[in-house]
Amino acid sequence: MSFVKLTTSALAIAAVSATTAAARDQVQVAGSSTVLPYASIVAEAFGENFDFPTPVVESGGSSAGLKRFCEGVGENTIDIANASRAIKDSEVSVCAENGVTDIIEVRIGYDGIVFASDIAGNSFEFTPTDWYKALSAEVVVDGEIVANPYTTWDQVNPEFPAQPIQAFVPGTKHGTREVFEDKVILAGCEATGDFEAFKAANGDDKKAAEKACIGLRTDGKSVDIDGDYTETLARIESNKDGIGVFGLAFYENNTNKLQVATMSGITPSTESIATGEYPVSRPLFFYVKKAHIGVIPGLKEFAEFFVADEIAGPDGPLSEYGLVADPKLEDTQSAVADEAVLGGNS
Amino acid sequence: MTDATTSSLPSATPVSGKGSLMQQDARTRKRNAAETRFKAYGIAAITIGMLMLLVLVYNIVSRGTGAFQQTFVTLEVALPAEKLDKNGTRNLDDIKKVSTFGYTPLLRDAFEAKIAEKNIETELSGKEMAGILSAGAAAQLRDFVLADPTVIGSTVAFEFLASSRVDGYLKNRVSRDSIANDKNISAEQLDFVDQLTASGAIEKRFNLDFITGADSSDARPEAAGMGVSMMGSFFMMLVVLALALPIGVAASIYLEEFAPKNWLTDIIEVNISNLAAVPSIVFGILGLAVFINYMHLPTSAPLVGGLVLTLMTLPTIIISTRASLKAVPPSIRDAALGVGASKMQSVFHHVLPLAAPGILTGTIIGLAQALGETAPLLLIGMVGFIASNPPDSIASGLLDPNSAMPAQIYEWAKRADPAFYERAWGGIIILLLFLVTMNTIAVILRRRFERRW
Repeated sequence: MSFVKLTTSALAIAAVSATTAAARDQVQVAGSSTVLPYASIVAEAFGENFDFPTPVVESGGSSAGLKRFCEGVGENTIDIANASRAIKDSEVSVCAENGVTDIIEVRIGYDGIVFASDIAGNSFEFTPTDWYKALSAEVVVDGEIVANPYTTWDQVNPEFPAQPIQAFVPGTKHGTREVFEDKVILAGCEATGDFEAFKAANGDDKKAAEKACIGLRTDGKSVDIDGDYTETLARIESNKDGIGVFGLAFYENNTNKLQVATMSGITPSTESIATGEYPVSRPLFFYVKKAHIGVIPGLKEFAEFFVADEIAGPDGPLSEYGLVADPKLEDTQSAVADEAVLGGNS
Repeated sequence: MTDATTSSLPSATPVSGKGSLMQQDARTRKRNAAETRFKAYGIAAITIGMLMLLVLVYNIVSRGTGAFQQTFVTLEVALPAEKLDKNGTRNLDDIKKVSTFGYTPLLRDAFEAKIAEKNIETELSGKEMAGILSAGAAAQLRDFVLADPTVIGSTVAFEFLASSRVDGYLKNRVSRDSIANDKNISAEQLDFVDQLTASGAIEKRFNLDFITGADSSDARPEAAGMGVSMMGSFFMMLVVLALALPIGVAASIYLEEFAPKNWLTDIIEVNISNLAAVPSIVFGILGLAVFINYMHLPTSAPLVGGLVLTLMTLPTIIISTRASLKAVPPSIRDAALGVGASKMQSVFHHVLPLAAPGILTGTIIGLAQALGETAPLLLIGMVGFIASNPPDSIASGLLDPNSAMPAQIYEWAKRADPAFYERAWGGIIILLLFLVTMNTIAVILRRRFERRW
């Protein structure tokens, strides 16, 4: 019967796969969805300019990528993890337990986080204080810690229009959320002096005070977006009062729908982020498994190509797309060339 | 029912004596009205359904058709030997050393030549003029030169893709108002595009590359195509067909014709129905754990995708095969057994051929379901920037990283540039065409070959 033929051919396929699974010839990358566009631009250019096959770039988030990265050494594990934050000590020790000891950290540049609202709506000039007062679960009013009473922006800051507070912030699985909490909400908390009040209320415990600061209100004024920026954009399009948190590159691709707010008087741009004037930015990284260099063809070449001047430099395609070039790119280049590992002195 | 008919039947003894056949009594009117109302409900339901479908199709077609057209710029590019082959040896390895970045200045020079030839006045710099081209234009030049190094030193006419903003401008997606804050393109560049369009150097036409091409990075949405992910889907369907059909049919024949009816087969039956209702993401998790982590099959490979989708399709095929085997009347089996056929002969010579149209229909519907599935593919690494190299053999088609059509659409819908959004809708059109074709084949097969007793 033809069924027999089909099953035998299926078995043959499985047999072929078992033998060829051991020889992978393209670089595998996974991790942060913020780094994904940059990594895919580099991967595409790499495939065009080198004889190696185009690397595979998957997304899934910084934490998920680093988790897969730390699963072990071998051809069925990924070679590079993209991350929109630095690797944590806990992750390094998980890596070490699984035999991933030599990790090369590569900083590719900086990424700005911007606040944008519908193009036809009101424009805003924010300070971290405004965001803290608008979104924190608890604020200090007249010396007392109370549940956040503000419902419109003019209650937060008299200069703002009486627009209902409606914010779309990245969900907790995003690396962006951490930066938002650290550089905006916590900064605002400290600027208003509420931090001291929380510290006093928590018996001088700094950690607890920080936690009280960055706890966001859950009454629907602040909505966590677990999806991508496209989802945040769709929310703003359907709710014109909404203000969303975006990456700079995403905003620059959608300037016909969004207007960007200034932060502490500075308009976000690759220039103002590069000089450090614009406060809400963070470095982007990728991590390379040193044990895979020399085993996976093209891995080192890809890492070097990623941070080459013509790619990650100020005039390169990454910068054109919205990445803020690293002023210390040269150090990174030599670190990659020397395969300098994390925490090591090799 | 019988109580109602008595009053309207002429032969029945008149209950009240009044009224004729022509004159409906209150009860008949009520029943007729109820029937009319029910018909109206039905028609309303169908109308709502059709309206929804119309809105859906209108939305998909109006948003997606743009993806099938693309803007091209015709340009004569000089390929000077002193830049591309400094040693003059025409040695391929030497020429390869010039990266795509080395080809970018040639495009600027080509634009300078173009405006001189066409007498176009513009204040744009060469770099700004080259900005209306796709970021992939330099790679296109380099590939052309590497394919045939003898062209170095000559001037060749190329057709380059225009950048996604220029393309959007010609498709009325981008206007001078909408780019007011845009850093990727300026109003002067759009003026320049207008001038070039007037001189015939820019035109919008059908874009075959959208159907046959590969995915591209976020920097050049204009070059992205469905072709490679289509191949990924094709190889996955191949695996599904090669595994699910024989396994499913063998399982159902055994269960239906040979297996004793006892508690064990009852449990199996219940479980098959349960399996058909399991959300597809569960099969993805299973695939990740078993095929990739335990069996060490390569990630992102259509082979693994196919195996996962096989698990998902099996219950559908088993259920539909068993239904069509059941539909074959027992008299056929009895007759076969009666003239001395063995049980297996009766099944394979008589029952199976009669059930074949039903089995095929079930298989095609199962395949169509698998073709549109994205969720399990997320977990086995088939969503991302993957589909960039077309497979060159069956083995590479099965084992090299690839995406699938629905995964590619999902990926595009997530990206920042609005031009990808258009392509996502275009991809939906292609996917729907495949699904409609498969379902039509299933219907035709059923109509033509199915026998009823």
